[in-house]
Parts: sequence; C-alpha cells; structure tokens
Amino acid sequence: MVRVELPYHLRQLAHVDGEVAVPLDGVITPRRVIDAIERQFPMLRGTIRDYATDQRRPFLRFFACQEDVSFAGMDAPLPPAVASGDEPLMIVGALAGG
Amino acid sequence: MNGVRVLVGTRKGAFILTSDGKREKWDVSEPQFGGWQFYHLKASPVDPNRIYASQSSDWFGQTMQRSSDGGKTWETVGNKFAYDGIPGTHQWYDGTAHPWEFKRVWHLEPSLTDPDTVYAGVEDAALFKTTDGGQNWTELSHLRGHSTGSQWAPGAGGMCLHTILIDPSNHDRLYVAISAAGAFRSDNGGETWKPITKGLFSKMLPDPTAEVGHCVHRIAMHPSRPKTLFMQKHWDVMRTDDSGESWRKVSGNLPTDFGFVIDVHAHDPETIFIVPIKSDSEHYPLEGKLQVFRSKTGGHEWEPLTKGLPQKDCYVNVLREAMDVDNLDSCGVYFGTTGGQVYASTNGGDAWNTIVRDLPPVVSVEVQAF
Repeated sequence: MVRVELPYHLRQLAHVDGEVAVPLDGVITPRRVIDAIERQFPMLRGTIRDYATDQRRPFLRFFACQEDVSFAGMDAPLPPAVASGDEPLMIVGALAGG
Repeated sequence: MNGVRVLVGTRKGAFILTSDGKREKWDVSEPQFGGWQFYHLKASPVDPNRIYASQSSDWFGQTMQRSSDGGKTWETVGNKFAYDGIPGTHQWYDGTAHPWEFKRVWHLEPSLTDPDTVYAGVEDAALFKTTDGGQNWTELSHLRGHSTGSQWAPGAGGMCLHTILIDPSNHDRLYVAISAAGAFRSDNGGETWKPITKGLFSKMLPDPTAEVGHCVHRIAMHPSRPKTLFMQKHWDVMRTDDSGESWRKVSGNLPTDFGFVIDVHAHDPETIFIVPIKSDSEHYPLEGKLQVFRSKTGGHEWEPLTKGLPQKDCYVNVLREAMDVDNLDSCGVYFGTTGGQVYASTNGGDAWNTIVRDLPPVVSVEVQAF
C-alpha cells in the first residue's frame, strides 16, 4: 500500500480524514499514485492534475522523504520508502496568507 | 407557499438562506464546502430540490456539485470540460494569439423542462451542456467556432461566458453574453450563433460599434417578454425589443451607468433594477452610498432605492451574478455584496433588510420560492 497525504480541501471533497492508502506495488510513480487515487476517489479527478495538460496543477507540489519530487516528472520512480509504505507521498498546496 | 431559499455563492463556500413566505426571519446555513469558491448555484425550475453548483479553486481547479435534496447533501459530478477538437486561439490582453484554456464555470442554466439538462458558461468563453445530470459535459462548439472567435479577448476578470438565457416560448432560442466579446443569439439550440450587438457603443474599442469586443456585464429577461432584453454593459444600460437585433441606451437620469447586475421585476416586465457603480476604476458605489436604482418604465427614468441600505462609508461592489428576484405576490429582490452582506426587499425594492452581513465576498445570488 502506498500512503498519500492529501491537502485539506481534497480530504473534504473525498470525505476522508488523515492519510489515504492506495493498493499499488512495483515501481511507484506520481502518475500511478494519482491514477489509483482517482480510481478510489472519483470525486478527485482533475483536482491534482489538469485534464487538458495531464500535468500537476501549478499550485501543488509533491514531497516525499523530506524531498521535493515535483519536478522529477510524472513517470519518475518515487523513493523506495514511499513504495514500501514507510513514508507517505505528500501532496501539498501552496500556502496562502493575508 | 412554504418558503424562500436563497442560494449564495461566495469566495469561501456556499451558503443557503431560508425563510418562510413572510421573509422576515432567516436561517443561515453553515458553509457548504468551506474554503472553495462558488461562482454560481442554480436549481432546476422543474425540480427545485435539484441544485447544481460550480465549485472551484485556484489550487484544485473546477469541481461540480449536485444536490437532489435542496442542498442538504451533495454529490460530486463530472468536472471535465474539454473543448471540442483542437481549441485554437483567441486574442490575449496584449493582442497576441492565446490558446483557449479552460479555467472555471461561471454560470449554470438548468433546462426549463428537464432536471438532468443544464447549460454551463465557462472561462475561457465557451458553452457546455449536460443531459445526464452533470456527469458528462459536451461543448456546443459552434459558438466558440464562430468566425469572430479568434478575435475575442478577455476582460479584466477573464474571458468568461457569464450569462445564458433560454427563451421560455422557444427553447431553441438561446442568448449568451461574454466579457469581453459581447452578446450572441442562437435560434436553433446552439447550432449557429449570431452576434447581437447592433446599437452598442464602447468607446474603449478601436471601433466603438464593432460587431464583437463589447464588455457585456449582464443581460436580463422577463419570461413573459422574451424578445425584450435589458443589458448592463461595462458602461451603459441598454434595451432591445427585437431579440437583440438592435439595442438602445436607456441609462436616462442615472448618476452613473457603470455596473454589473441587472434584473427584472417578477410581475412587471417594465420594472428593472440595477446597482450603479461609480466607475470602472473604482468598483464601489457613488459617495459611499449603496443604492439600488429602479426604473418602472423599462429604462430612461430611474429612482434611487435607499431605505435600509447603508448611506455612508459603503465601498462594496455587487458582482454580475449577485442579484435575483422571487415570484411571490409581493416581489422580493435580493442582492449580495463583496463585503459579505445579502440584502432583501419584500416590496419590490421600496425598503431593504439585511439577511446576513458578514459572509465571505458574495459572487452569486439565486432565489427559489416554493
């Protein structure tokens, strides 16, 4: 199982609290994780990656194992600790204040 | 008559305001989907408990909500708005060609006969339609494919299709308005479109009488007179009596004719309401006084309505989707402000009460009476 930490508004939309887990094995990439999230939570389709570009939305970043993995690409393998479920993939929204 | 329900879209969630037929005491719901922007909520006229809502976020894009129980519970429905074919380009602010990019849904217009059919007006300007209750959306692409489409350009708020009107006497006749492309009419359910801008004059355009490029802010229609439309343009209040073939200015004695909202009295098609705004550089009322102006003559002659509205130190705006009327015997008029107030009049605008005063900035107001 791959653990994913969603931002508040997506947890609200998906009606979940805390982390979610998606059943994946093998090479884990952001694309496979998002595919699995969208299968498990159809209401999240289009919210993490844009339908038209198939890319991560610009105000979101992917963090794993204290690293920003946002720019490695949607098909780049995530760290082994994410694949094993020891660490979550964190989907983080840009901070906004005022 | 059981009551009135006001659907309020704000920058930070949706709210549902309810009252009985007297419209004196109001219940204000908890925020629905707090933190999300709601550009518009609207119910089906044939199934009032079926409500569609446009929910969006700068972070997470567009999502769509549907309720089948009057807003008690919500179901996320389809949010894929894919332009038909290769989208092509429109004009950008600097005059260069810019690819069409979907950003959000500004307006939802449920069918007059089928609760599963809804039109959606989106940014970048296009018209979509669902016939399965919002699960799937298909572009009516002949609008965007109009020969002028590549010349359309955004207004400061984006290139949004914000107004959709269905002629109650001929459901194939549709009107849409786009900032800042203008207004268009289809007489065949969206197969072909015609710009309806003759008579509009926009001095900021190279050609002030151009066929497209006018920044139309809102168009309103009374269902009993579908050939008569009233328009609040960027500047100018306009009127047509021939389905948009020709427009004439009816600003008359207004102190300023810049504004966003315009609506028609439920029982008198010659009585119209607007909220004049000082200017396009200062999006607040004149002299810090919030005034609705009413014309009982279909334009030209206007009177300020101020009773119950703040008459000093008021610098809010009233956005284009933020006014509506109910159809009770004594027509109710409602509007919301960017300061978070929602005002209601139960007597056609003669006097106003504050329903709620500290919501997030109000984007849209829709009213249902049962």
